[in-house]
Amino acid sequence: MEEKQSKFHGLLFLFFFVFGMIASVWIVLRNGWWLPELASDRETIDRIFITIFIIAGILFVISELVLSYFIFRYSGQPGKKAFYLPGTTRKEILWSILPGTLVVIILEISAEFLGGASLWGKIHGEIPKDAFLVEITGEQFAWSLRYPGPDGKFGRTDPSLISYDNPLGIDISDEAAKDDIVFPAGQGIMYLPLDHPVVLLIRSKDVIHSPFLPNFRVKQDAVPGMTTRTWFVPKKEGEFELACAELCGLGHYRMKLPVVVKPMEEVKQWLSEQTPAGDIYY
Amino acid sequence: MAIHTEHTEVAHKQSFITKYIFSTDHKTIARQYLITGIFWGVVGMILSWLMRLQLAYPNQPMPILEKILGKWAEGGILKPEFYVALITMHGTIMVFFLLTAGLSGTFSNYLIPLQIGARDMAFPVLNMLSYWVFFAASVVMLASFFIQTGPAAVGWTFYPPLSALKNSIPGADLGATLWLISMALFIVSSLLGALNYITTTLNFRTKGMSMGRLPITVWGMFVTAILGLLSFPVLLAGAVMLIFDREFGTSFFVPSGLVLGGQPVPHEGGNPILWQHLFWFLGHPEVYIVAIPAFSLVGEILATNARKPLFAYKVSVGAIIGIGALSMIVWGHHMYVSGMNPVLGEVFVITTLAISFPTAILVFNYLVTIWRGNLRFTPAMLFALGFLGLFIPGALTGAFLATAPVDIQLHDTYFVVAHFHFTMATSAAFGMFAGVYHWFPKMFGRMMNDKLGKLHFWGSFIGVYLIFFPMFFQGIAGVPRRYYAFTEYNFTSQFLGLNKFITIAAFVAGAAQLLFLFNFFWSIFKGKKADKNPWKATTLEWQTDSPPPHGNWGPETPVVYRGPYEYSVPGAEEDYIPQTVPVKVETK
Repeated sequence: MEEKQSKFHGLLFLFFFVFGMIASVWIVLRNGWWLPELASDRETIDRIFITIFIIAGILFVISELVLSYFIFRYSGQPGKKAFYLPGTTRKEILWSILPGTLVVIILEISAEFLGGASLWGKIHGEIPKDAFLVEITGEQFAWSLRYPGPDGKFGRTDPSLISYDNPLGIDISDEAAKDDIVFPAGQGIMYLPLDHPVVLLIRSKDVIHSPFLPNFRVKQDAVPGMTTRTWFVPKKEGEFELACAELCGLGHYRMKLPVVVKPMEEVKQWLSEQTPAGDIYY
Repeated sequence: MAIHTEHTEVAHKQSFITKYIFSTDHKTIARQYLITGIFWGVVGMILSWLMRLQLAYPNQPMPILEKILGKWAEGGILKPEFYVALITMHGTIMVFFLLTAGLSGTFSNYLIPLQIGARDMAFPVLNMLSYWVFFAASVVMLASFFIQTGPAAVGWTFYPPLSALKNSIPGADLGATLWLISMALFIVSSLLGALNYITTTLNFRTKGMSMGRLPITVWGMFVTAILGLLSFPVLLAGAVMLIFDREFGTSFFVPSGLVLGGQPVPHEGGNPILWQHLFWFLGHPEVYIVAIPAFSLVGEILATNARKPLFAYKVSVGAIIGIGALSMIVWGHHMYVSGMNPVLGEVFVITTLAISFPTAILVFNYLVTIWRGNLRFTPAMLFALGFLGLFIPGALTGAFLATAPVDIQLHDTYFVVAHFHFTMATSAAFGMFAGVYHWFPKMFGRMMNDKLGKLHFWGSFIGVYLIFFPMFFQGIAGVPRRYYAFTEYNFTSQFLGLNKFITIAAFVAGAAQLLFLFNFFWSIFKGKKADKNPWKATTLEWQTDSPPPHGNWGPETPVVYRGPYEYSVPGAEEDYIPQTVPVKVETK
């Protein structure tokens, strides 16, 4: 009776993991649950992700199956004695340390040497000179956008100038500000040029937000009091979504911004049709 | 040093109040922690059910919700501000009140004195104070559910300015104040506990109980106490600074020039990222403050029920110390996209990957411990094995999040939710369940029902996998966490069907917990009487009565002659040799 019951739990573990793994693979493949379609130059992120996914996947299958097999194989039998293995000899201690070392080496290699560190350096390093600039400012619960206009420079802003009519507090006495193109919160669409480096300058008016572009593998917190930035190259034409990834209040879940990628000429054409700040604010 | 001088008072008259309420007996305090922890576990679980209902059926009126929650669910639809309160309180309650106070409070208190052969803690009155300060923290936290503006609703991580500005969300008002007060009390309580655990372990070991003969549980609780002592005060400082920002006009965390809802904010000069450093300087060790006790309980239970010595005891102890030490220098991996200096990001990648080294050693040693054992499937053993089964996917998915560029994509998505629920939430809960089933006979002198325990295990184990495994794929597809509904985006709305499935699984797994509650409270009064040593275990607590008398031992404290896990020693008559059995000296 006791013996039967022992085997039962072992079998249940084995069945659960074998069946569960097969079912998971089937369900995931059938529904196509995977990274969203890549639309930027950050394919390195996908490459590292897939590498770790394969390694971790193999380690997961092996360790769970070994665990279940041990549970099944060594389930207790009356009168049987366990194998005495305190793990105190030098050889046994080596055995205990070796697998851990191996795991770490595999992980470090996949994480660091497949381009992780260099991508990190690239994202946070120098920005290409002719990059297309967009300033995105978060507030509860929408995004404002600003493009620098023909001069390629953003004008000065001052929080004390913020009003209903001037939501970003643009200081129009600054020459660089006159040609800035502003879309108040919730009224803009982020147009990005295809195959051209894009720099996002990220700000917040109230609490922390975090623009997240799943298709572009881009996420960077918008921290009040400072301007953070990130850059990437859009590689696919089309319409995409920008979401907020940092809890910012009750409307966090609907803080959405449409993103459109078009060839540079079309984006420039579209920009030239907008009214610059100098004609609106005074 | 290790020899503990005899107390003179072994048994003295106790009134009901000194025995059950304001007791200085570590065993009573442990039971108080356990029952308070179970209460909080139930509250936390109910909150998660409400969250799951909303995620499965967004915008569908459920009149019953209005009956229960009143204005928070007008028309039967949960309000988004209440959903944010739910995630905040679920996280806070589960991480701190259940898995820190409930887990460490119960087992450090119960096991340290009993397993080292002491009569009680080093400072019994501080110990009592620790529980009652925790109780006060609990009352304040619970009270926040019943105020006009609702409980804290800014995420359990409490990031300012959201948490610093009272009008950012209703739950940032009085609810957040009560949260900060409750957490400050909680930290005081945990520090009083930690001081006691450390002092007792170092100074109150009985004759022969060298550090090398301590059960792995005591090692785990000891390292945990040190971690708590070093990291909790940092959060206390942060909480006090935040209270000052909110109430007294300072600006530690709020920069100048903010405009909230069209109104200028009268703060200047602070930095919100400072809070994140202070929070995660505790927050990451906190993960291990939760995980290490669970790990150590599991190690003890695996060895006992595999009838084998814990494989490579010294290496495992070293691994626990290593995890503890490294856990103090990895907090930045929560902040890769926070705007922190990116150079720091690379440093934290390396320290974080390094922590997988001792962790892998520990898991491997546990696997070898059951290899060629004679496994006995008590409910405690099933939960210990289940702990490993849950910890493995949790640990492996840590590698994705540790790698900064991959974390750009996965940060603050459901991938993180799935990851930490496997590594430190459900696995620690499994460790705690294992501990409760294993030491229940000692704590209450009665056995828990075996069949119900096993049913509880399978319901929980399968339930946890069905709830959290699919969340990895939601996260890979980019679904951000803390979302009130998945309806607003194309890339999230594909999961509405899966959300229904997860919600059903959550209710099934929750139903399994009812089996535990029934079993626990029924067995306290009606369970079969327990022997001194029902599991044929070797450590000291099993050599005294179940439950142990006040003062734990008879007139003499036990003397220890051997290591903690002498199971199936070749040549021995039985398959276990208690630590109190003298080593035979062979005369030549």
